[in-house]
Amino acid sequence: MSTTTIPPAGPQAPLSATQHYVESAQKRRSRLSIGALIVAVGLLLVYLAFSTSGEAHFALSNVFDEVQLPTISVPGLPVVVTTAVLCLLAGAGFLSGRLRNRMPALAGTVGGLAFLIGFLTWGAAGRDLPFPVSNQLAGTLSVATPLILGALAGILCERSGVVNVAIEGQFLAAAFSAAVVGSLTRSIPIALISAMLTGVVMSALLALFSIKYLVDQVVLGVVLNLLASGLTGFLFDQLVQPNSATLNRSPIMEPIRIPLLADIPFFGPIFFSQTILAYLAAVCVAVVWFLLFRTTWGLRVRAVGEHPKAADTVGINVYAIRWSAVLTAGLFAGLGGAFFTIGSTGAFVKDMTVGNGFIALAALIMGRWHPIWATVMALFFGFVTQMASQLQTLSTPVPSQFLLLLPYVATIVAVAGLIGRTRAPAADGTPYVK
Amino acid sequence: MSAPVPPVTEGPPPTVAVRRPRTLRWRELVTSVAALFLALFVGALLMVFSDPAVASQFAYLFTAPALPLGAAWVKVSTAYSALFIGAVGSPAALVETAAQSAALICAGLGVGLGFRAGLFNIGAQGQAIWGATIAAWIGFTFQLPYGIHMLVAVLGGVLGGAIWGGIAGFLKAKAGAHEVIVTIMMNYIAAGLMAWLLTTAAFQRPGRTDPIAPEVFPTAALPSLFFGRLHLGFLFALLAAAGVWWLLERSTIGFAIRAVGANPAAAATAGMSVARTTITTMTLAGALAGLAGLMSTLAPGSGFDPVPVPLTIGIVGTVGFDAITVALLGRSRPLGTVFAGLLFGALHAGGLAMQSLAKTPFTLTTVLQALIVLFVAAPALVSTLLPFLKQRKAPAVAAALPAGASK
Repeated sequence: MSTTTIPPAGPQAPLSATQHYVESAQKRRSRLSIGALIVAVGLLLVYLAFSTSGEAHFALSNVFDEVQLPTISVPGLPVVVTTAVLCLLAGAGFLSGRLRNRMPALAGTVGGLAFLIGFLTWGAAGRDLPFPVSNQLAGTLSVATPLILGALAGILCERSGVVNVAIEGQFLAAAFSAAVVGSLTRSIPIALISAMLTGVVMSALLALFSIKYLVDQVVLGVVLNLLASGLTGFLFDQLVQPNSATLNRSPIMEPIRIPLLADIPFFGPIFFSQTILAYLAAVCVAVVWFLLFRTTWGLRVRAVGEHPKAADTVGINVYAIRWSAVLTAGLFAGLGGAFFTIGSTGAFVKDMTVGNGFIALAALIMGRWHPIWATVMALFFGFVTQMASQLQTLSTPVPSQFLLLLPYVATIVAVAGLIGRTRAPAADGTPYVK
Repeated sequence: MSAPVPPVTEGPPPTVAVRRPRTLRWRELVTSVAALFLALFVGALLMVFSDPAVASQFAYLFTAPALPLGAAWVKVSTAYSALFIGAVGSPAALVETAAQSAALICAGLGVGLGFRAGLFNIGAQGQAIWGATIAAWIGFTFQLPYGIHMLVAVLGGVLGGAIWGGIAGFLKAKAGAHEVIVTIMMNYIAAGLMAWLLTTAAFQRPGRTDPIAPEVFPTAALPSLFFGRLHLGFLFALLAAAGVWWLLERSTIGFAIRAVGANPAAAATAGMSVARTTITTMTLAGALAGLAGLMSTLAPGSGFDPVPVPLTIGIVGTVGFDAITVALLGRSRPLGTVFAGLLFGALHAGGLAMQSLAKTPFTLTTVLQALIVLFVAAPALVSTLLPFLKQRKAPAVAAALPAGASK
């Protein structure tokens, strides 16, 4: 973990130019890699500036919104050049190592924002259609919803010391049960509850085999994913597909407009006109944060995940805490899984979660096992995914296949360049034997 | 995230230390066979209760038990006999099994090698995609004499996989990026790049608008050894297994791999470079996955006229993900991986026959695959379910058991 390095020797007195600033090797490496990354991004913008022409339009509101906000138009070339220069300056600041106190954070923010604005301006410059900013943000939330819920599920498990590679399988099983139960009952709440119960059942398998039968947890996760894929696939082929009119045509969640708040220009349609699942996801983040960091149970979960023997010595029942954490996690994973069927088309398709569970896993590792940071990472992934699909509709010069790769490349860059080494809870993955 | 690593006890000669007692290996075999039968039993239950025609008969369970039990027996026996015949029932079936397992063994060896170094390599899929893509490209672009063309194509595919794996290893070693995240993302990137390549002039078949490449020249195809489908790739798989065994058990690199997997901090203290070992392991794992991938484009196809299938988007299937289960079942050991690959190859070959002959969905084999690994990984559960397998108290054996079996 690059932030918690050994503090520099001596008191943190204001450093004068003559004093020597001692920098740990790890911190230095992370500073240099971030700097190099920002410089590289700046150079990319310089390159893009050569293919920028005309004006870029940004639409602040949808055509259907009640309050129509103006469309902002900016000249393409000057903006791209300016952002490129800003990026290069920020990167140079990092590389020089002369940034102190709050300056690195500021330079990082400037670099990131400049790249974002520059890249979007380049993509939108010279196109007839404006880039839909409000769609972009609303879509970000929607893409990120299942990822957030999956990451929360993973955090609860892993904070208690049980590796959860099976988020994908939990998603898939929950998506299946939501579609079938939703089709049978024609009721969204019942479908959601059944999805949550399915998530809990998958969690129970994870807990049973990892806590009681001491199966290697990574192995177990892979196997549970395969089991979910096989079971849902088999039941789909055998039962659901022949009767798809009755078993695979679930009602879907409609966006719920929160009165008054949804009428706020710009922010209203983005934040307050989402499906129930998006609101639930937001609530869940707060709930998980509160549970983990403000309750006795959460303290015990974290203790059990870091040092189960110590926790046991002071009288905490390690098995019970782990079971409760993993089962609770199932609720969130189940909710996330429901997104794929009743949150989109209402029909189940084999292996429809296409790796979202693993992306949720990536979000939780990038977010360092913290609910808020994991949410930020899920939102980041959602943002890039949505941006790629928005830019596709603008027909930018980049082949659309490359745009689709953007979220994955961005994740690798973020993991390798910005986040670096992460530290899991100490007892993550180790079964506890008394 | 420690993968199944053989318990290394202290003592200077490592090859002696990892050798386990004979009774233990015998028990492992018994547990594995028991796991297979338990999985088949659960699969049978699933088949019976998901078939409305059979399940509805169970209303008569107490009045006329012959009715539901007979229907269930017919259902299950038809499906499983089709599975069995399709897997090992005829020379052609055996050949199909071997052909299916060749790629699984190679990719499984790669994933297993990663496990031994403590790396969870989910990236076999992306590495296999590069193997298939580059081998096919060499196969349909260049015109070289017989033998040389095939070797060049194979080397190209292996190199493609190795580079893709090596990148993941490099990012893990140098930037500290978590290998699980990186390999997952690189799978998507490989699939996306392949989809893009298939739209470019270098790859797309002239006159076609859909993403399909030209056919590979016969000079580049892996020659058939027996019955069309059994190709040289199967021999490659066995050679690769022997090579991996030698690497792990007899070479310095292999010793470093196992040491880093057992305890990276201790390995670093002993003077091994964890970073270099990580990169080497991932490169080798990628090469093996690349070898698995190229079989999908260079090996003879299953049609009447066994020629290689042209490169398309989904050509490698899910070999990279199946490889994970193969490596798990084979406990990351080369010989185990060969047997696991053969078993899952048989399941695949039999599953296809089961689907066409017994009208039972192929996805049942996925369930079976998962259940087998699950039961093998939980020996305690197997002996709870089958009490006659319960182990007599033997302290020497219990001490040497891996953590997964000590309860």
